[in-house]
Amino acid sequence: MSTTVAGSHSHEASSHGHSESFISTYIFSKDHKIIGIQFLFSTLLWFLVGGLLALAVRMQVAWPWAEIPILGKLLFAAEGGQMSPEFYTMLFTMHASVMIFFVIIPILAGAFGNYLIPLMIGADDMAFPTLNMLSYWFMWPAFILMGMSFFAEGGSASSGWTAYPPLSVISESAPGSGSAQDLWLLGLIFVGISSMMGSVNYMTTIIQMRAPGMTMFRLPLTIWAMFITAVLQAFALPVLTAALFMQLLDRNFATGFFIPDGLIVNNIDPAPGGGHPLLWQHLFWFYSHPAVYIMILPAMGMVSDIISCFARKPIFGYKPMVYSICGIAGLGFIVWGHHMFVSGMNPALGMSFMVATMMIALPSAVKVFNWLGTIWGGQIHYTTAMLFALSFVSMFIIGGLSGIFMAATPVDIFIHDTYFIVAHFHYVLFAGTAMGVFGAIYFWFPKMFGRLMNEPLGKLHFLLTFLFLNGTFFPMHILGAVGFPRRLADPYHYETFRHLQPLNEFMTYCAIGMVAAQIIFAVNFIGSMFFGRPAGRNPWNANGLEWTAPSPPGHGNFDFQPVVYRGPYEYGSPEVDSDYYLQTQPPPETKEEAVV
Amino acid sequence: MGRFWCLLFFSVIVMAVVTFVLGPVYDHWLPEDISRDGHTIDHLFLFILALTSIVFLGTQFCLFVFMWKYDAAKNAKPVEYTHGSHTLEVIWTIIPTGILLFIALYQMNAWADSKMRRPDVAPLLEVTARQFEWRLRYPGPDGEIGTQDDIHTVNDLHIPVNEDILFSLKSMDVLHSFFLPNLRVKQDAVPGMKQWVWFRALEEGEYDLVCAELCGWGHYKMKGRITVESRAQFDKWLEEQYLAQEATQDPALAASEN
Repeated sequence: MSTTVAGSHSHEASSHGHSESFISTYIFSKDHKIIGIQFLFSTLLWFLVGGLLALAVRMQVAWPWAEIPILGKLLFAAEGGQMSPEFYTMLFTMHASVMIFFVIIPILAGAFGNYLIPLMIGADDMAFPTLNMLSYWFMWPAFILMGMSFFAEGGSASSGWTAYPPLSVISESAPGSGSAQDLWLLGLIFVGISSMMGSVNYMTTIIQMRAPGMTMFRLPLTIWAMFITAVLQAFALPVLTAALFMQLLDRNFATGFFIPDGLIVNNIDPAPGGGHPLLWQHLFWFYSHPAVYIMILPAMGMVSDIISCFARKPIFGYKPMVYSICGIAGLGFIVWGHHMFVSGMNPALGMSFMVATMMIALPSAVKVFNWLGTIWGGQIHYTTAMLFALSFVSMFIIGGLSGIFMAATPVDIFIHDTYFIVAHFHYVLFAGTAMGVFGAIYFWFPKMFGRLMNEPLGKLHFLLTFLFLNGTFFPMHILGAVGFPRRLADPYHYETFRHLQPLNEFMTYCAIGMVAAQIIFAVNFIGSMFFGRPAGRNPWNANGLEWTAPSPPGHGNFDFQPVVYRGPYEYGSPEVDSDYYLQTQPPPETKEEAVV
Repeated sequence: MGRFWCLLFFSVIVMAVVTFVLGPVYDHWLPEDISRDGHTIDHLFLFILALTSIVFLGTQFCLFVFMWKYDAAKNAKPVEYTHGSHTLEVIWTIIPTGILLFIALYQMNAWADSKMRRPDVAPLLEVTARQFEWRLRYPGPDGEIGTQDDIHTVNDLHIPVNEDILFSLKSMDVLHSFFLPNLRVKQDAVPGMKQWVWFRALEEGEYDLVCAELCGWGHYKMKGRITVESRAQFDKWLEEQYLAQEATQDPALAASEN
């Protein structure tokens, strides 16, 4: 690494600063911070789309076939303003696809990974800035293809986000299995390319471009989590990409990877197959189970940083935290079969997947205990960011524990594909990851835009989101206990589930409240960008390298060469008088040498 | 304000306890179990619920107490400057490992019983799923499935009570899942594969047969009924079906033979 970052930075500012046009600075930017913010804005917009799709799903589950107030007349003229059942299958398919591939994965790796990695390790940018720019712009074909899929003939993709063949492959089997499914597959292939570019870049940057003194075990846990996430993506994504291409070939060139012989769909005999539907499930979950950890590990990392900062106390058990991230990632590759316990896969194989799945609960438990250890004996400051981070811990406990029910194979026979699993992954992904992401936004917003977000509004946003999310998702556990199946447009014509409608109405009211509460967030976010209180470099008195750079950091990030003397969690250290101890602050005895 | 947030986090405990108490009271709970083996699944569910409740209450309560006690606004004590505890890490790694391994081993037998140890009886019928119905095929008077005198019904599954029921499950088109909530039975139907499903019902009555795997736009209405009845009634029903089928088939058969 260059030892004269400050020099090269000012040089660049004078020679390139003025020649950079608006387009190359803000649109086709190679600056990791702009790319990160581009990812953030795009994913937040998709978050809105995904949220509205979820609301529409909730409307149908609470009041099946009710006349839809305003949109009904426009969308369902033929059905007299009622939602059609095929539309319902499109809604939950697109809700999940949008939330997973356009929100959670890119907001964690794309937005925060991009923004934070160079700043937190003391680098001036990513290792491959052009590749980084492409990783954002390769999301756009995906956005466009997925957007087009909404308007495709017959409607959008409708075979679930898992796209299980033969439903997804044989176009006679579902209205959305027409061209929409091809668009969906192509869209996901582009998401995969984007993620792969990001992943290669993050690994290289973290290994190669750490500031002097920044050893691997002085990295913030956010960076460890991003690093392991990048490794997971690099190893798992090729499998998904191959599977997506195989399904595309099955659909368009009758390759029959996933289609057995002798089917009769809609009284039509589709092209001969010779393949097997379970093959898709294996390939899909070989990626998509590690992807579950891709969707939670970075949030765990960021939450660790926030909790340590606002508890004013070192993180409890730093190395066990790192090892548990690695443990989750390692075990994450051998548990995919737990999605397939009742799929017809060899039940003996199910047993070995069950044991691996049970064991993956362990590193998660260790992380929870260490977060509790971190706030024990601290001085907790209840900022909005801290509240969101603590709620991550509280909610992740619920999401983690409910996983054990499904891991137990005999119990899974009963609760598989019921609302129990819906409760489980919403507690992990919304109540967990999304709450962690909100915390991260409140925490790093001052660095991104140089202004603080409004705290009272932030706390109101937290309060409402927290209450409504529990109102929406917690009752799903007992729905699951009744066996209430997911993905049914009208569950109440089954006698077993008829009495569950009032509870579902309550949940839908909560869901409406939860979406409405996000208006507060949008107002706060946009308002604070322009009118927030100026933040200064280190508004939270935090230790990380990013807080030594200006807010927002200029091109090249640091106006001095950061040199790292310690880990990022030295809060309350007896070595110094202040309760924080910047990673770059020289230790007292070597102060004079360091200045030279 | 710190106190308020602590209480908000405490409310998670209250919410969870209230939900899991009111659920069973208001029948939002495991549906009536009429099978011989379902109670092992229910027992495991409740056993895991008990274990996870202990962990849930313990961790959430710690979270609440720590939040309350170490609120910077009220807590005058300086921060405990510590980087962790090796002993604690070992303890809270080994104990959960033991518990998780115990759960893993404890359930294996129930899994083997429901999916691996097929009872040694003749199959009662053959179930074939298709969009969006359950086609059922019982053996005719010759007692064999796959012959001309087979009895065909749709969505109307009848079984005798107190007998081991074994049947094969297939799909004609896409994935489906054969789900009997009251018998704790679920098995995906996969085209190109033949699965075996078995159970034993202990009570007579009529219950839901649910499709639990997304199978297209009509997935929600792929509804069947299962009737559990005495052997005598079952035989009578089967004979009625056979006669009704013969009555409607005969003219057609005659026409095709001419």
